Amino acid sequence: MCYLIQMASVSLPSIALSATRSFQDKRKDKTKSGCLFKSAFFGNKKQPLSMETQSHGRVTMAVATNTSRFDNITMAPPDPILGVSEAFKADTSEMKLNLGVGAYRTEELKPYVLKVVKKAENLMLERGENKEYLPIEGLAAFNKATAELLFGADNPILHQQRVATIQGLSGTGSLRVAAALIERYFPGAQVLISSPTWGNHKNIFNDARVPWSEYRYYDPKTVGLDYEGMIADIKAAPEGSFVLLHGCAHNPTGIDPTLEQWEKIADVIQEKNHIPFFDVAYQGFASGSLDEDASSVRLFAARGMELLVAQSYSKNLGLYAERVGAINVLCSSADAAVRVKSQLKRIARPMYSNPPVHGARIVANVVGNPDFFNEWKEEMEMMAGRIKSVRQKLYDNLSAKDKSGKDWSFVLKQIGMFSFTGLNKAQSDNMTDKWHVYMTKDGRISLAGLSAAKCEYLADAIIDSYHNVS
Amino acid sequence: MADHSSSVFSQIARAPEDPILGVTVAYNKDSDTSKLNLGVGAYRTEEGKPLVLNVVRQAEQKLVNDPSRVKEYLPIVGLADFNKGSAKLIFGADSPAIQENRVTTVQCLSGTGSLRVGGEFLAKHYYEKTVYIPSPTWGNHPKIFTLAGLSVKTYRYYDPATRGLDFQGLLEDLGNAPTGAIVLLHACAHNPTGVDPTLDQWEQIRKLMRSKGLLPFFDSAYQGFASGSLDADAQSVRMFVADGGECFAAQSYAKNMGLYGERVGALSIVCKTADVASRVESQLKLVIRPMYSSPPLHGASIVATILKDSNLYNEWTVELKAMADRIISMRKQLLEALQARGTPGDWTHIIKQIGMFTFTGLNAEQVAFMTREYHIYMTSDGLENQHGWSKFKDCTSSCGCYACCCYPCCVNKHVLLET
Repeated sequence: MCYLIQMASVSLPSIALSATRSFQDKRKDKTKSGCLFKSAFFGNKKQPLSMETQSHGRVTMAVATNTSRFDNITMAPPDPILGVSEAFKADTSEMKLNLGVGAYRTEELKPYVLKVVKKAENLMLERGENKEYLPIEGLAAFNKATAELLFGADNPILHQQRVATIQGLSGTGSLRVAAALIERYFPGAQVLISSPTWGNHKNIFNDARVPWSEYRYYDPKTVGLDYEGMIADIKAAPEGSFVLLHGCAHNPTGIDPTLEQWEKIADVIQEKNHIPFFDVAYQGFASGSLDEDASSVRLFAARGMELLVAQSYSKNLGLYAERVGAINVLCSSADAAVRVKSQLKRIARPMYSNPPVHGARIVANVVGNPDFFNEWKEEMEMMAGRIKSVRQKLYDNLSAKDKSGKDWSFVLKQIGMFSFTGLNKAQSDNMTDKWHVYMTKDGRISLAGLSAAKCEYLADAIIDSYHNVS
Repeated sequence: MADHSSSVFSQIARAPEDPILGVTVAYNKDSDTSKLNLGVGAYRTEEGKPLVLNVVRQAEQKLVNDPSRVKEYLPIVGLADFNKGSAKLIFGADSPAIQENRVTTVQCLSGTGSLRVGGEFLAKHYYEKTVYIPSPTWGNHPKIFTLAGLSVKTYRYYDPATRGLDFQGLLEDLGNAPTGAIVLLHACAHNPTGVDPTLDQWEQIRKLMRSKGLLPFFDSAYQGFASGSLDADAQSVRMFVADGGECFAAQSYAKNMGLYGERVGALSIVCKTADVASRVESQLKLVIRPMYSSPPLHGASIVATILKDSNLYNEWTVELKAMADRIISMRKQLLEALQARGTPGDWTHIIKQIGMFTFTGLNAEQVAFMTREYHIYMTSDGLENQHGWSKFKDCTSSCGCYACCCYPCCVNKHVLLET
């Protein structure tokens, strides 16, 4: 409810047209819930303000009317990813299957807290750690361990102190802080994001007021990488753009470039003086090996390139709700790293002041302790292994049960938690409405939520939706 | 390979340390054994050590021992029990606003995060983009609101002449604010001055604000810490809810539960109707999701455990009162020591001010003197943290005593310089 008696003017931010069609679309949506002309002096009841009284009988002067200031706020739709779990919970069918959010489940479809995490937490409690504020940049031991995990402990760039690392609120929070850095210091620069990409990427850049555009990535014909399209689009972008790359286990497609392709991608990025911006949410979850899954990032670093990396421990250490991650900025000099780190802190302070200590301590204890670290590697291989085995089983069932001759091998070629089934929205709806299989509308299923026991059922559902729904 | 002379980051300058948190950075670097950190608002024991409350340890033990506990993502709005408990804590368990479902409460990253989410929501959905903050206020307030997309103005608050509230100035400035403007209010234990309005003054503020449709945005970081009573410290907020109007409240458990580093807090928005509250909540989720997706579990679980268990809750109120009482007694002792040494000036504001902080009235030069000569660290607006003073109790008459010696020294020296 507006209390002004003049029309509230809504202004769109001035942003380069070409790159921000979605930002402007989103802005238009916002203006629908923006202020409409309503008279404060008459409210909804058309009474002069001075005659309004409070419900408890006290007569006050011109007063807040009985309508809310927020009366014209519309109900927002549920989050396309997190909303899936909400819908799943509400479903009473015994057959229901939650393949929505990327959260690892055991064969019994239960959430999994890593043994090594429990050990670390017990240790922390025994030690009686205090709960003082962390510095704005987070726990030092965490930052050190995290940069080493990502770049390799013996990477010269770490000796040269060229990496600015600050602890962030998991992947999302780290991306958001980096986006704020881009907005402040690279005004007008775009971020190129893959088509498709994780649904929240666009929201993050929109809210940070960073323009974005898409590069081709997924080829529905091959159910693989549109490599030529990707290279062409990165080349065509204005010089000095940021290129958002998934370090491994691309979300939602599960399709990763080969090492040769990564080299070529790095070539064209260097040619155009673009800045690589990696989102690393699945290190260890793709292949089962922490080092192997970091090879794309390390390849770029070895070429002497400056780059950004947002990291998350949600999946690989199962720390989802503790919100642990980091933003790393690899600079060409130690001096630049110091300056960049100071500005990252300046962004974090008015957002949340300093990051939460609990998850960071768990990481520091696990990654920093050789015994725990080895145990972690084993549990990591176990989790990734279970996913590989349900992929196989799903593929086996699809091939056996589908008589059409369709090639389902993409299920085996894709990597990480997710499979991009190629199902469209109507087909995905059929999965849910008819088969009680919950997934995101872009056709993504989370294999982390699939048990070997349910592979056959899922195969039936996919075959039905693919062939009988258009 | 790498051309170290050229960097895409070459135009990025080094930012100075945060004015408040940077005090601790400087303190940590100081090797002097008698150093004293009176900078950041974190409670210290008589021995000068950080304190983890007993109830917090007990709650953590319960959580760790519970084999059914998992680390799955919380909903975007956070832990439900935590949200319910937090709303009851600040508004009162019998608050009609809660019973009528007119309150939406979302878990956020302590006070800062709650203010930021509230600010971003207002910048997106509220037609009035100006927020009035008291002068002075916590250093981070203007930055939070500016980055949230609001424009910041100030209203008079602290009167240096009386070291108390400039009530007339406050009423005038709020009276001149545009209809519907947002007004930041410290629920209790104003930071940095420690100067709070009386209940009568709060009532006058409430009337004025409601007459102009000004939107109250409470920052409640010290509930229970100011007077020692959770209910008493929430009176200002409850007054505004009792009149049926709308308001925002940012809550922090950093101090009153000692959960500083766990980043636990909540943003509550009291709306006119339940329908509005549920729509507002849905839009809050759109602010949170692109910022950090969902809030951290650990601290909220500790709070929920304590709030739900009447034994733990009662123990908490006792521990909280003990912390508040220690600060009140420190205030008395500091005043007595200053008076005993014949320090020039009237220092009674030390016991009139309330909460963690004392606005000493020292200026930037005097503060620098305190740090240089005596290794006493505080923020350069002369704001010092009361409960860091425990050390001075052990001092002997002459040079061993910092707190009591350096004030007179400092004030005298300044006076000398002036003449």
